[in-house]
Order: sequence, then C-alpha cells, then structure tokens
Amino acid sequence: MKLCPTKTASSESCVSVAQQSPSILVKNSGSLTRRFSWTRAREQVIRLVLFLCGALSLLTTAGIIVVLFNEAIYSYAGTAFFQTVSITDFLFDTVWAPQHPDKPRFGILPLLCGTFVIAGLGGIIGLPIGLASAIYLSEYAKPKMRRIVKPVLEILAGIPTVVYGYFALVFVTPYLLRPIFQTWLGINVDIFNALSAGIVVGVMIIPTVCSLSEDALRAVPRGLREAGYALGSTKFDVSLKVVVPAALSGILASFLLAIARAIGETMAVTIAAGQQPRLTLNPFRGMETMTAYIVNISLGDTEAGSMEYKSLYAVALSLFVITLSMNVLAQWVLKRFREVYE
Amino acid sequence: MNVSGNLREPALAKRHRIGQLFEWACCGSTWFGMVVLSLLLLSIGWKAMAWPIPDADAVDRAAATKTDAKANALLSPRPLSTRFLTSYDSRVPQKAGIKAALWGSLWLLVFVTITTVPVGVGAAVYLEEYSNEGRWKRIIQVNLSNLAGVPSIVYGILGLTVFVRMFGLFGHDGKVLDFNLGFAMLSIPLPFERSVISGALTLSLLVLPTVIVAAQEALRAVPSSIRTASYALGATQWQTIRHQVLPAAMPGIMTGVILSLSRAMGETAPLIMIGALTYLAKCPGKIDSLSAVWQHPTGLLEAPFDVFTSLPIQIFNWVSRAQPEYDHLAAAGIMVLLVVLMMMNTAAILIRNRFQRRTQW
Amino acid sequence: MSLFLKRTLWLSLLIVVQTTGCGSVRDGGTDPAGKSNSGNTGKTVATDGASGTSETSNTDKPTVGMTGKITINGSSTVYPISQAMGEEFMNLHKGVDVSVGESGTGPGLKVFAEGKLDIANASRPIKPAEVEACKAANVEFIELKVAIDGLSVVVNPENDWCKALTVAQLKALWSPDSKIKKWKELNDAWPDEAIDLYGADHASGTFDYFTEAIVGKSKSSRTDYTPSTDDNVLVKGVSGNKFSLGYFGYAYYAENKSKLKVVSIAAGEDIAAAVAPTEEAILSGTYKPLSRPLYIYVNKASLKNRQVAEFVKYYLNDGQAWVKTVRYVQLPATDLDAARKTLSEALAN
Repeated sequence: MKLCPTKTASSESCVSVAQQSPSILVKNSGSLTRRFSWTRAREQVIRLVLFLCGALSLLTTAGIIVVLFNEAIYSYAGTAFFQTVSITDFLFDTVWAPQHPDKPRFGILPLLCGTFVIAGLGGIIGLPIGLASAIYLSEYAKPKMRRIVKPVLEILAGIPTVVYGYFALVFVTPYLLRPIFQTWLGINVDIFNALSAGIVVGVMIIPTVCSLSEDALRAVPRGLREAGYALGSTKFDVSLKVVVPAALSGILASFLLAIARAIGETMAVTIAAGQQPRLTLNPFRGMETMTAYIVNISLGDTEAGSMEYKSLYAVALSLFVITLSMNVLAQWVLKRFREVYE
Repeated sequence: MNVSGNLREPALAKRHRIGQLFEWACCGSTWFGMVVLSLLLLSIGWKAMAWPIPDADAVDRAAATKTDAKANALLSPRPLSTRFLTSYDSRVPQKAGIKAALWGSLWLLVFVTITTVPVGVGAAVYLEEYSNEGRWKRIIQVNLSNLAGVPSIVYGILGLTVFVRMFGLFGHDGKVLDFNLGFAMLSIPLPFERSVISGALTLSLLVLPTVIVAAQEALRAVPSSIRTASYALGATQWQTIRHQVLPAAMPGIMTGVILSLSRAMGETAPLIMIGALTYLAKCPGKIDSLSAVWQHPTGLLEAPFDVFTSLPIQIFNWVSRAQPEYDHLAAAGIMVLLVVLMMMNTAAILIRNRFQRRTQW
Repeated sequence: MSLFLKRTLWLSLLIVVQTTGCGSVRDGGTDPAGKSNSGNTGKTVATDGASGTSETSNTDKPTVGMTGKITINGSSTVYPISQAMGEEFMNLHKGVDVSVGESGTGPGLKVFAEGKLDIANASRPIKPAEVEACKAANVEFIELKVAIDGLSVVVNPENDWCKALTVAQLKALWSPDSKIKKWKELNDAWPDEAIDLYGADHASGTFDYFTEAIVGKSKSSRTDYTPSTDDNVLVKGVSGNKFSLGYFGYAYYAENKSKLKVVSIAAGEDIAAAVAPTEEAILSGTYKPLSRPLYIYVNKASLKNRQVAEFVKYYLNDGQAWVKTVRYVQLPATDLDAARKTLSEALAN
C-alpha cells in the first residue's frame, strides 16, 4: 500500500506511513478506517462462502440421517418401514424373505450373520497380517525395504473392490478353495461362498491396518525401546512387550476401523458370496450380506414403494448405525487410551 | 544381532530363537501383501491376454450365429486389444468392448473434479485459516472423520433420494428447465434422474471428506512465517490465502485430489444405486470420439444429463454373465481400469515430487 | 490474470445471463430411452442410433430414411428376442433408435399401462387387472404371440441321479410351505444332501408362470432359494454346485448346455412318460406343462408411427430368423399367421 500524494510524479515524495502525520491517516481514509469498505465486505462474503463449504459436510450427514429416518423409521405419510414391520420382528426373526406372497418375513439375522461371518473371516486374515507387517516395517525393516513395501501397500489399497470380487470368484474359489477343501478334504464348496469373500476382504484391509498401526508404533518414542534394551531385553521382547502395548490405542483403533470397512464392503461380497440369505456359520456356503442385499434390490426391479423396496432402507439404516458406532468407538479408544509422551 | 549360537544361557538362546522366528513371521506377513498383489495382477493379466478354449457351448453358439458373416471379420485375437477400446458391449463376446464405459468414466471424472475441488479446498481453507479452535471446527472435524467411514452404498442411497429423485418435489413426471443459449438449447431435467450429473454429485459427496483432510494437511504444511509476512505487508486474510498460501499448498492439494479421484473412479456401489445402466451401448451425449465433439457440439450440453455407465460397472456386468468368454472380457476391462488408475496415481506422485523439490522454505 | 481478461470474462458472463434469462420450464413428459421414473436400475439397452428425437408420422418416406425411437421393456425371458430384433433392425435402418429394457413382465406391463412404452415384452398373458389399467389410461393394445419357450428345470451335470421329475414332486418342492430340504426327501434312492435352489425372482413372468403351472397359484412359492432377475447368476449357481436345482427359460439352458443338465418333466404320475425340453417337444406341445408362448403387447397409438409399424412387421416376418439364433422356438405356422393377421388388421385401422 503506497501512501503517496496522488499528484506527484517522482517517488521521493512517497513517504512511509510512520513519517506522515496522523492526520493523513484520517483524511486519506484507507479501507481499514472506513466504517464500511468493499474490501471488508468482500472478506466477509468470502468467509461466509467458505463456511458454507465446510458446513456442506454437516449437510451430508444430516441428509443421510434424514433420508434413512424418513424412509425407515417414521414418515409423515405413514409409509416408513418400521411403521409397518415391528422392530422386534426385524431384529430377532431368523428368516429374511421379503418376497413371500402372503407373509413376508423381515428378520435381519441372516443378513447380519452373513455380514459378520465375512467381516470376521476378513479380520482373521487381515488383522494379524497387517499388524505383523506394521511391526516389521517399524521395528525391523531396513529403509530400502520400507521404500518398496509402502508403495506396494498403497497400490493394494487403491485397487477397486470389483477387482477383488472378480479375483475371489474366478481364482480363489476354483483354484485355491476347491482343490484344497473339495478335492482333498471332501467338503463341498459352493461356487458362491463366504470364505473366498472373506479372504479377499482380509487382503483389502491389510493396508488400512498396516498404515494406521505403523503410525501408532512409530509414535512411540525411542526412549522406551532403548530403556528396554538397556535392561537386557531382546528385540522380540521390546517389540512385543514394550512397543506394542505402548501403541495399543492406535492399534485397537486401526482394528476397529478395518473391521468397519470390512462390514461396509459391497462389491467384493456381492460378486463372491452369493445372493441367498442364509443363517449359517459354514463358510463354504453362499450367504448374502446387508450390502449385497441393498445392491441386489436396486439392480433388480422391485417396485419403488413396495415393502420389499423399503426394506432396503431399513437394512441401510442398520448398516449405517453399525459402521458409525464402530467409527465413533475407534475414535473414543484412540482418545481415551492414548499415552502421550513428551 | 544374531547371538543365539554363542550364548551359554539356554533360556536366552531360546528367546533369541523365538525372536528370530517372530521376525521371519513378520517379514513373511509383509511379503504376503506383495505376493498377493503380484498374483492378482498376473492372473488377471493372463486371463486378459487370451480367449478361453471354446467349449461345446461356444462352438454351438458360433454355429448358430454363422448367419452374420460380418462377425467373423470382427473377431479379435485376444480380449485386450485396440478394438476392445473402441467397441460397445455386445451379446457376442468377441465383439464386445469398453467404449461406453470409458467415456462414461471420463465424463464422471470431469464433473467430480469440477464439483469436488472448489468445495473441498474451500472447506479446508475455512477449517485451517478462518476458524478458531472452537466448537464449530471440532464438530466439523469429527463429522468429517465419521463420514469417511460410512460405507459407499449409503452415499448411493443419499444420492438416489437427493439428486435422482429430489425428494419427489417435482411430481411424477418431473419438469425440464430450458435455457436458450442462442446457438443451442440447454435442457436440464429436474429431478436429475439417472444422469451423469447425479452420479458425479454422489461421488463428490463420497470423496469430499478425503479431499478436505488432504487439503488440510497441505495447508498445515505451509509455514506460518509466510502468512505473517503477508499480513505484515498489509494484505487481508483472503489476499494472503489466495496469493501466498494456496499456491504454496497447491502440490499437496493436487496430490490429495488426484488420489481421491482415483478412488472415485473405482467406485461401483453408489453408481448402481443411482441407476447407472449395466448394459449400455452408447456414450453420454452421443460423443464417442473427438471428431464427434466437432460434428455436433450440442452433445456436450446433453451429456451431463444423459444416461451412462462406468468402467467398474461394466466389469461387474461382465462378471455376472455366464459364458466363460465374459470372464476374460472382465479381466481385460480390469486391466484397462488398473492402467487408468495407475496413470492417475503416477501423476499424483510426480506432481508431489516435482513440487517438493521446487519449494524450499 | 490480467485486469483486462478478468473484465472480459465478467462481461461475457453478464451477456450469457441476459440471453438465457430465467430459462423456461416445461413438464417432463415421455422421457427419452433409459430414463424411467421408478428410480430402479433396470437393464436397458440404449443404443447408438442417430439423434432422431422426432417421431415421424405416417407419410410416404422411403424405409432407408426412417428415423424415430422405439421403447421396449418387460420380461427378461423375451429380452433376448427383442434385443436381437432391435439390434438387427437398427443395422438395417440406421436412423432408428431401439431401446430394450429387462425390468420384468410385471413392472413392464405396469409402465405399458401408463402409455409410456411402445412395446411390452411378456412371458405370460396380460392379467385382467392390467387390462383394466390400460383401459383406465386409454391405452389400446394388440397381443401378439412371437415365440414359444420351454421353461426348463436344470441340475448340475454331475447330478447323475435325477433325470426326471413329476409335477407332483416339483410342486412339493416349490410350494410356499415346503419343508423339503434334501434330495432324499424327494426320492429315497437319492443322496442325503441339501438341495441348493435357484429360481426367478418375483418381478419375473417366469416366476408367475412357473408357480401357476407347478404350484397351482401364481406367485405362490417357497422363499429360501436364490432369486435373481439375472439368469446368468442362476446359470452360474446351478453349474457351480453339485446339489443344485434351478429353473429358467429354455434359451439360457441352450446357451450353456455343457454346464447344465436338463430334467425331463412328467405331467402326470408316470415318471416314465417324462418329456425333455427339446425344440421338437416344445413345438409339438408334448413338453407339458412348462411350454409357454411368449408375447409382445403393442400400443395401438404407437403403431401409427412408421418405425414402430415396420419394426413389428419385421418381428413377425424377416426377424423370425433370429428367434432360432437366440435359442427360442419359432411359432408353428398357424399361430404365426394368426399373429400377422392381427397386426395387419390393427394397421388397417
């Protein structure tokens, strides 16, 4: 900002603010002294616009809640799902058969079972491997190894889930599961089964667990490790008995987030696990998950407005509640049990 | 430190042995991811490079369609070929291609960028620059991390109600807004129905949390000395942000945006929910090559409101077909998708590296 | 950005806003192919015809220059036929845009009754309630038989015990309150393994027809099976599991003969009289009770459009050659002539 008298040509008469008399400031009325100035107004408008951008995320959450509430819980016109089907039936009935002509049954247990069996299988595979990779990368690995492995994990995380579903259906079932279990052990393996879906979901969550756990492990200060070595522990002792417990909150949070992701996984389970809701723990049979049900209903041509179509919203609401509570729990665990070091 | 052999204390030696086993187990787990990735890529690539040996059904089918002599001329040697990139889907696997899906994905990408980047960067700027560590900021931050964990299919449901149907506000048939632009007519259907714009808006809601978080990180990395120097010279807050902070943070923001966009490109479930067609043999706005843009530019105005399909949805459709040839076509489609994603990720990494070298604080 | 450039951009924006004004609003009526108001995905083929959006009236134009749109939707069983017809018709007449959907007989006829479709595919005859709906909306239509289908019951190729089933056995298996879970319960000599069931979902005309013919009441079926509108999922399922059983249109079996084994059906008690679905059996009517005619319902108002009239003519004449390539059975000559007569009468009016 130049404070030069306007009619002068040479630059010598442009003096700094400090050398001018205070009256100049009042008389020249720069934008900072006027009561109303376009600059300030523009700043306020921009601030408001940016606030609205930030508030859009709040709108999104509100939108999700409103839509699910309106279609599933309560609507003014009385057409919501739970206004027709009782909640106890929904939660405790063991048969999911919305298309039965006379008495459709809306028990979500088979779908919940499918979701949790597959998420559980994914967890059994993904959580230990992810944690072990994280421990290796933070404690044992040389920098060169880190530079190779980290991009590979990023690529694994970036592969679309349709690809994983395809891999499960076309390779895991016929070339891995059937030779081992059907030909060798004699257990019948369906073409759509929960185990193949569980395996690929496990592979999918490895990068999540690994990167979050590794961050947590690296945040543990070196002093703790050195203290362990000083007391005569082996590297194994230090890693497993000092570092991991110190980073436990981060590791637990990463586990919860990974399971939440496995629960919300859609395409891989739709392709690989089949479309029949089954209340069973047998991983070699096909079972439908909540997400697969939602996809199949919208791919099929159920009449919008029918009870069957509305069941979609009820299932989506349950899914949303489950994943949201797991995310909130993960954040609470992170905050509550975090050990802050100097 | 491999001292197990030299120690005299057996207990310690045992612990060292266990430690060694543990290290190998962890190393194996780390390599497991690599092994699976290479297995995945190799197997899909192998399937994409060759047609299956025709089984009895395929021979039967070829005999049945012999009436169409042109089919023989169009048969391709392997699923993944240039012809694959320039043909539409077909009921004859050898004729099928991924053109409609490629153009659909391209249009989606353009619109997702247009809608996400301003809003995401704006929100990040607000959170980092304007808001104090107050209640609003905390609420929005918590909200963002929750939204990042919501399954993508719930976004699809949101998009279906808000963009495709618009809460049913426009009646059963809907209305159409016509703008006479002089050289062409721009017709905007309300509600948006199953068009590219519904898909793009749904996807941008999906990737917005990640974009905002990435942009926040980039903005935080800009040292505060830049800002204070700018204020000292008399700039307003917006001038500081616009001329100093944003350009400095731009590489980080762009990297984050490109990575989020590559995630959006791979999403299937939300698009299925809002009604992207699984079997489509035309491109949005009928624009199927650059010459088509020249021939009828009004297609550019129609395209956002036209039906569409996308690469992952086409792959999903082929996976669900029964004939084994479609498995190979799906593999070819997957290779194309992975190549596109790899190009985007490489671009992001290149930008990050190039600008990291340039800016020296 | 320079000041000049900025000011130019603002100015041009102002000009654009002035010329567009406040845009005009009109009702979205009959929407172009692929956009339906139900919000469901459906499976619609929207193809790359030229951009003829105006529907040409019945003037004397040469067939080469014919343009227009034809919207078809309905049964997923009839879909392969209509889609083949549509594709070949478009190869002959480049200006015509045919789009074929696969929403299912019920939803298709519902939209047809609202006057939004030119042609509805149906794998069962139209119901009285649907006829009423058409009357209420002033939609006049003609019913044309176009092909015959033999609904096939299929099992896995490794299934060497089940070669034939009676209608009574199928009824016991598929009734709504059926408790049969294992093969052994159908026949003592068969393995003691659980039956994996696959079938049509209840938007499908196939479902309506199968339940009516086998169980006795339309839409009355057990629910613990894999229902799918996508017959390919059913084919994959049955061909993948040794102890599975499913039913779908004959074409889907014929396309995948090496992966499936078809079961002969005995209409009466005598299982030795079971008949397998072959082209001859379906044509002669000996494959009972699962032989069924496939229909299209054509909106009489749409027949006034040149491209629709030509298309339906093509369907019943030159296009019949494609019925065999999509593995359905052509109508016997008498039925085909009757259909052609219905069409020419409707066109004459």
